[in-house]
Amino acid sequence: MIVKEIVIKNRAGLHTRPAAALVKMAAQFKSDFYILKDDFEINGKSIIGVMTLAAEQGSALKLRFDGEDEQAMADAILGLFERGFDEA
Amino acid sequence: MGYTMDEKLEITPDETWRPERQAQEIILRGIPASAGIVMGHAHIFTKHIPRVEEKTILADDALKEVERLHHAVERSEKELSKILSYAEQKIGNNKAKIFEAQIMILNDAVLFEAIYTRITNELKNAEFVVHDEITKYQRLMLDATDEYMRERAHDVEDVKNRIIRNIQQEKLISRFAGRSIIVSQSLTPADTILFSRNEILAYVTDMGGVTSHAALLSRSLKIPAVVGLKEATKHVQEGDFMIVDGYGGTVVLNPSETTIKEYEIRNERYIEFEKRLNDLRDLPAKTLDGQRIELSCNIEFAEEIDFVNTQGSDGIGLYRAEGLLMGRDTFPTEEEQYREYSQIAEKCFPRKVVMRTFDIGGDKVVSQASEEENPFLGWRGIRIGLDRPDIFSTQIRAMLRASVKKNVWVMFPMVANVNEVRKAKALVEQAKASLRSQHIPFDEEMKIGVMIEVPSAAVMAGEIAKEVGFLSIGTNDLIQYLLAVDRGNENVSQLYQEFDPAVIRTIHHIIKEAHEHTIPVGMCGEMAGDPVATLLLLGLGMDEFSVIPTVLPEIKKIIRSVRLKEAKRIAAQALKLSTADEVKEFLRSHIKRVSPDIPLSEAE
Repeated sequence: MIVKEIVIKNRAGLHTRPAAALVKMAAQFKSDFYILKDDFEINGKSIIGVMTLAAEQGSALKLRFDGEDEQAMADAILGLFERGFDEA
Repeated sequence: MGYTMDEKLEITPDETWRPERQAQEIILRGIPASAGIVMGHAHIFTKHIPRVEEKTILADDALKEVERLHHAVERSEKELSKILSYAEQKIGNNKAKIFEAQIMILNDAVLFEAIYTRITNELKNAEFVVHDEITKYQRLMLDATDEYMRERAHDVEDVKNRIIRNIQQEKLISRFAGRSIIVSQSLTPADTILFSRNEILAYVTDMGGVTSHAALLSRSLKIPAVVGLKEATKHVQEGDFMIVDGYGGTVVLNPSETTIKEYEIRNERYIEFEKRLNDLRDLPAKTLDGQRIELSCNIEFAEEIDFVNTQGSDGIGLYRAEGLLMGRDTFPTEEEQYREYSQIAEKCFPRKVVMRTFDIGGDKVVSQASEEENPFLGWRGIRIGLDRPDIFSTQIRAMLRASVKKNVWVMFPMVANVNEVRKAKALVEQAKASLRSQHIPFDEEMKIGVMIEVPSAAVMAGEIAKEVGFLSIGTNDLIQYLLAVDRGNENVSQLYQEFDPAVIRTIHHIIKEAHEHTIPVGMCGEMAGDPVATLLLLGLGMDEFSVIPTVLPEIKKIIRSVRLKEAKRIAAQALKLSTADEVKEFLRSHIKRVSPDIPLSEAE
């Protein structure tokens, strides 16, 4: 299991488009992926879950990866956050 | 024209004409969104909320239950895709994105995995489990304070109800008996589209403006509509008889027989008048003594241009780029903006389009957290543009690129002084230089102008005119600032008077200053579309009138029925009057004489 803490960088936070990009990326891996914000945890492979989170810019999130390809998944998803979801 | 509501107690000659209810006649005022006068009974439209009961199912039926849900989701997706594609045709790709989030939820494997598992493990009926699972997420969303989340919660509610309705296999509720007037708080594009399959007499909504989705759609469907009535659903009850006047923007509830007759006559006059206006379509807006006036339209979306073209317009006098920001949380990229702007420029070619840079308040740029106490006097329009050159320059580059056919003019909103004009022009020059270095073509002579809507800019119109290629008077804000009246505030809105002598003298000053510096001046506020104001504005020397498309033919008719010389004489006399009422009465008497068949609103 890999646990990483990150801070949201892009201006719009985890709104619809970034949320969709995140879920799409997560779907490419076999491992489980959970996002923890404040006190509640959602499944990172669920669009309705990520939409509920609506994490704003500057929010701190804990990401949890668990499964056979967890390292590759963590790298890919952290990269996506790092690049601000490739938004302008 | 105000958005206020007033009640009128009418003593009908025969008190017993409708004995079952001594209903009071109520006049509601809103915004005319789609032309036409109709009378009929109200059908109140409220969102259909399906009833969900918790039921236990037999273990043997679990598979069947899962199957039911599976079909319901499939059907929901089909429905949404249909609405999405219809919306794409009618309102454009960008705005149709509002349905995307819902389709994404229908494809959420994690969500449905959980639902399917619960059905088979707990042996509960599908609609109960769907309701229970999705409501969990909704609760978390509704707890959020930001507007974006509440909107998403509505999407989730819509999609939940859609699935449940499909499990229960109820037909869409967009069918009802008889021809009705739809009365609703607001109409989504999906509602409007579904209703239009029935015989709808008119749409009446509490919310929305001329450019709301419901308004746009009702025009393309040719169904009369009045929007922005604020409290229509509070006053109207199911089955109430009412008159909807899509020309004047009024709704009369429980009309007296006298009122009914009055509207019948008015309607006949309108229909006859429209027939004659149709003949005017291809004729120029030209005074009897040969002065050509430019008569153009205000729009917010590229999709409106087709309608504008049917009205015989000289082009677009105000394109509000804010339509691009609707329903999104980031600024559009240069490419996205370029696509929209060039589509508009092309559709309009060879006629010109005046594009206004984003006229937004600070709330669009920073989060709601830093709400301003006085947004009207705050960080708005060009002020944001100059403080955030990243946003401004992106937009200017996109507009410049759209100008290759030389029919694009660009103007800045909310300018208060000459310095702002100079700074904005410097940014335009920078954008031109960067485009040149990248060998991207644009119109080197693209005209730059300024909206005159702040009193300080009106006073300094001459100095500003030296800097730019044209001026455009935005009356809505100018009047509010000049008279210190917030017309959304019902306590003072009656002080909002476009015929206040201070207003017409200010307009006179702006036009004089512009002409002294040999640049043209237009008007794109509501006043430009008020037939009572036409003779005055003509006489003051206005070069361009930019109006909402529905009133364009009327204004053209007036311009074509007067000599400029006479209009000048009328304007000179009006300038000498000292109260708004005197000015209005004076102008009404002249318009009735010059163009007796113009239907003027009697209510004011």
